[in-house]
Amino acid sequence: MMNKLIFGRYIPGDSLIHKLDPRAKLIASFYFIGIIFLANNWQSYLLAGIFTLGCVLVSKISLSFFIRGVKPLIWLIIFTVALQMFFTTGGQVYWSWWIFTLTEFGVTNGIFIFCRFILIIFMSTLLTLTTAPLELSDAIEYILRPLKVVHFPVHEISLMLSIALRFVPTLMDETEKIMNAQRARGVDFGEGNLIQKMKAIIPLLIPLFVSSFNRAEDLATAMEARGYNGGEGRTKYRKLDWHLRDTVTIVIFALFTVGLILLRK
Amino acid sequence: MDIRFEKVDFTYQPGTPFETRALFDIDLEVKAGSYTALVGHTGSGKSTLLQHLNALLKPTSGVVTIGDRRITPETDNKNLKPIRKKVGIVFQFPEAQLFEETVAKDIAFGPKNFGVSEEEARKLAAEYLALVGLDETYMERSPFDLSGGQMRRVAIAGVLAMEPEVLVLDEPTAGLDPQGRKEMMEMFQRLHDEKGLTIVLVTHLMDDVADFADYVYVLEKGHIAKCGTPQEVFADVSWVEEKQIGVPTATAFAEKLVAKGFQFDYLPLTAEDLADQLLALGGLSHDE
Repeated sequence: MMNKLIFGRYIPGDSLIHKLDPRAKLIASFYFIGIIFLANNWQSYLLAGIFTLGCVLVSKISLSFFIRGVKPLIWLIIFTVALQMFFTTGGQVYWSWWIFTLTEFGVTNGIFIFCRFILIIFMSTLLTLTTAPLELSDAIEYILRPLKVVHFPVHEISLMLSIALRFVPTLMDETEKIMNAQRARGVDFGEGNLIQKMKAIIPLLIPLFVSSFNRAEDLATAMEARGYNGGEGRTKYRKLDWHLRDTVTIVIFALFTVGLILLRK
Repeated sequence: MDIRFEKVDFTYQPGTPFETRALFDIDLEVKAGSYTALVGHTGSGKSTLLQHLNALLKPTSGVVTIGDRRITPETDNKNLKPIRKKVGIVFQFPEAQLFEETVAKDIAFGPKNFGVSEEEARKLAAEYLALVGLDETYMERSPFDLSGGQMRRVAIAGVLAMEPEVLVLDEPTAGLDPQGRKEMMEMFQRLHDEKGLTIVLVTHLMDDVADFADYVYVLEKGHIAKCGTPQEVFADVSWVEEKQIGVPTATAFAEKLVAKGFQFDYLPLTAEDLADQLLALGGLSHDE
């Protein structure tokens, strides 16, 4: 079940995008989500599409991965697109029934929203596929650092984030194991009516919580025993390096923005 | 109830870039009433194989026959409960599966899932709690208040209470103290002898293999590298050592004696074997 989830996974590689500074990638991805809303006609969407495809090609990860990343969200996309199509008024009316009308504006709006969804998913999948979780948490810590001025606990948040990321696969394994053990004791997961399904989750959930508590306690003890006492005065083992290629990436995104602004009406 | 594997392959996450093959062309047979040991390196596919024994995993190709049920890649997930009832699996560190408020309820959980009445399940719980060496004062305690070793016992009792015909044990004694280990292994042996329980044991401890098993499968990188009685498998000491699975302590010691010029009638696997033969040898040398 969880094995099918592509979004949020990391595939090691040595492409240019893999080597970029995670800060550059993180900023660029968020920036992309922001500026995609600038596109409002087919020329600008074409440019955005080509740009995204270019990024995917540079990453050397097969396109089928990205398409699989879209799959879990396909119903949400179809639902939104359908809403846009049938409830937008304006332009030539093609078809109408009860409260539903299919208009020229509606169709174009629907298509644009569809493109926007796909491009955003592709870009964020690209970020997670090419960036190791720990790199991401380092980048987030760095980017949040200015918030220290307002006493935002940047170190604690980033520590929690990196521990959480580290334990996602461990907890997934554990879930799988406990599920199997309970199945062997005659539990049917995902069968029967809603109430039966919920009840079947209890033998999974309680052991998971208990083991998380135990794990947290052990981890805290181990951290203290190794001299951890908060964020003050700590040095860093993993250092982030900003190279020329990272600056170039940002510049390319800036040029892309200029292109979008020129193309939009 | 026999379990048979015919040309079983298994691949994790087939069709994705994370695809990994765990089992290759496995032919294996667990006869009713036998005590089978599965040994091999970490990552040799023992645990994957074990999950095929009660259809938690289905082969990617090949057939697993469990009693009169044939499990093929096409078998769907419905109606597998009867198999799970007959093949009980004690997973590694089974104490992680406890969840009920009381020990009694947790042990009764399995039987109840298979349709045993509330009362009957409670009776079973009491019976099997005693069998694993805990008295009835534990019945109403929370499983989370117990020590690690006691939790392990309760978890094992929970599987035994389902009264399976085949009991699969994945390193049941890992992390237990020597006394607890001995008690556990002797209890399984008793169930095997008295109730005719078929046992499949996955272990890294060759002494347990020598003491209890009557058939051994050696797994290596998803293949069956060797199978036979413990006598046959351990006969080629250098092969066993090359595969880094080790030989029983008694056998290792006997090997050293052989190097010093001793002659044994047959390869001793257990301490008793070794002692018997040494006594016989000793007797001989006295006579001369």
